[in-house]
Amino acid sequence: MERLDAPQIPRRSRLPGGSFLLVWPACVIAVFFIVPFALLLRTSVARPGFGALGEGGFELQNFTGLAVDGAFLGSVGFSLALAAGVAVLSLSLSFPFTYWITRMSRRAQVVWLVFLLTTLSLSEVLITFAWQVMLAKRIGFSNLLVWLHLLPEPMSLSPNLWAVVACLVYLVIPFSVLLLFPGMSRIDPQMAEAAQTMGASPTRAFFTVIVPLMRRPIVTCLLMSFIVAIGSYVAPLVLGRPEQWTVAILISKAALDAGNLPLATAMSVAFLTATALVCGLLLALGGRGRPT
Amino acid sequence: MGAAPANAAGRLGRDLFLGLFASFLALPLAIVAGVSFNDSRRMRFPPEQWSIRWYVDFLHDPAWMSALRSSLLIGVCAALLAASVALPICYFEWKYRLRVARALNTLGRVPFMLPPVVLAVVFLVFWSLLGHVGRMEDVVIAHAVVFLQLPLAAMMLGFHSIDRTLVEAAQTLGARDADVFRTIVLPIVMPYVVSGMLFVCLLSLNEYIIAQMVVGFAIETLPIKIFNSLRAGFSPTMCVGAVLFMLAGLVGYTFIALISDLPKLLGSEARR
Repeated sequence: MERLDAPQIPRRSRLPGGSFLLVWPACVIAVFFIVPFALLLRTSVARPGFGALGEGGFELQNFTGLAVDGAFLGSVGFSLALAAGVAVLSLSLSFPFTYWITRMSRRAQVVWLVFLLTTLSLSEVLITFAWQVMLAKRIGFSNLLVWLHLLPEPMSLSPNLWAVVACLVYLVIPFSVLLLFPGMSRIDPQMAEAAQTMGASPTRAFFTVIVPLMRRPIVTCLLMSFIVAIGSYVAPLVLGRPEQWTVAILISKAALDAGNLPLATAMSVAFLTATALVCGLLLALGGRGRPT
Repeated sequence: MGAAPANAAGRLGRDLFLGLFASFLALPLAIVAGVSFNDSRRMRFPPEQWSIRWYVDFLHDPAWMSALRSSLLIGVCAALLAASVALPICYFEWKYRLRVARALNTLGRVPFMLPPVVLAVVFLVFWSLLGHVGRMEDVVIAHAVVFLQLPLAAMMLGFHSIDRTLVEAAQTLGARDADVFRTIVLPIVMPYVVSGMLFVCLLSLNEYIIAQMVVGFAIETLPIKIFNSLRAGFSPTMCVGAVLFMLAGLVGYTFIALISDLPKLLGSEARR
């Protein structure tokens, strides 16, 4: 092992030759990620209206203000609930889907994956726009419902909560499929077959063999879907009513419309903390049990 | 005995589910594409009269073309920057297992996990404190850092697919590190480098909130332009922009699938 991993390390110095090349990535990450992130934390405790380093002072006013701001707290709660709902919904759709595509031929898999990646990388703006068009009065979807006798006459199906949820599920599904894909494609198909040979129905084999094997990927998938959904901005703004506005919208309003960077950064920090708490909780609940 | 009908029913259920799933994913895209080929200015689906007039409009509209140019420029530059950062990290982690390289690799994957709006605020604060606002390089750097995770993951896979005995054989025959890198490492890793860069470029092309917050008041990228026209009311020209994005994604990912092993890139183990 050791022999393979350390081929001819130069004896003269501890660091191998050429490692000065690492200075470039180190600088980029330090200057353009660590410093900006530190500045975010710094600005969140500056006096409202100030952003500069020296004169900002140190106050917790932004945070204490947020703690009693009903609209902000309500929006945080709504965002967390919305993201959780979307994560569960998209998991329940993408799990059987991923199971089936991993059992297809390689070529069919590639076609599905290219399709998924294409929708995955489509901008939230574009997807929201597509949904807005689709839910409009004159276009397809409501006409389809009329035809199915589910609606008396064509109508606009947005803005409302369900339009937001549907659009977010659409946004999240490619992510959750791609997160389930590695684990699922490593499951030996013979496992489920063995269970069936011993008399389990395919459904039962699926729930008693495949699902427990996928415990870890399921938790990761819920986590990432939650993170993607909670950051959503365009979909709730365009397809939702103001009471369905997520924290992301409030943050961008504070930063751009009100120009109050200390407030926007404090909101970001509070929002990150809330998200991290939920993720930590989920990991604590789901991380138990043996890794697969 | 009872297995056969259950299987047939199961297969039917599967096909039904896959069909519904595919339509769910395809329907909004199909409608937008359909509307873009409609002759009328009003939203109609399916199109009553086919026409490519909105495509002609799009190509002759300086505002849309300049948005397209900015988006492409930002995407390509962000991809190059991200690759230039990721390549040394992955190389040194693979070759020497340097602790610094491993730390950078982990750190470089963090931004991708944060909500985009928070990253947007991070970069907004950073550039406004520097007094360097509204420039194209601001958003290029932001995108390169945010999407750094993708080339890191892709290139790491590429390096791990190199057979160590090949490297040892070359060294036994007297090749120096630079020769090994040029003649063995680079040719094997190149498809993964290109894939990583394409991922960054495609995601950057589609990214809205960070670009909007960092440079939105000065530069219009394609998503910003679409969003602004979305607020101003419907126009079929927007659908043309949307169709171009879908095509870019489709072509880009098909290309990745052709030059490298897509299922493996996405984490499947190679089938024997």
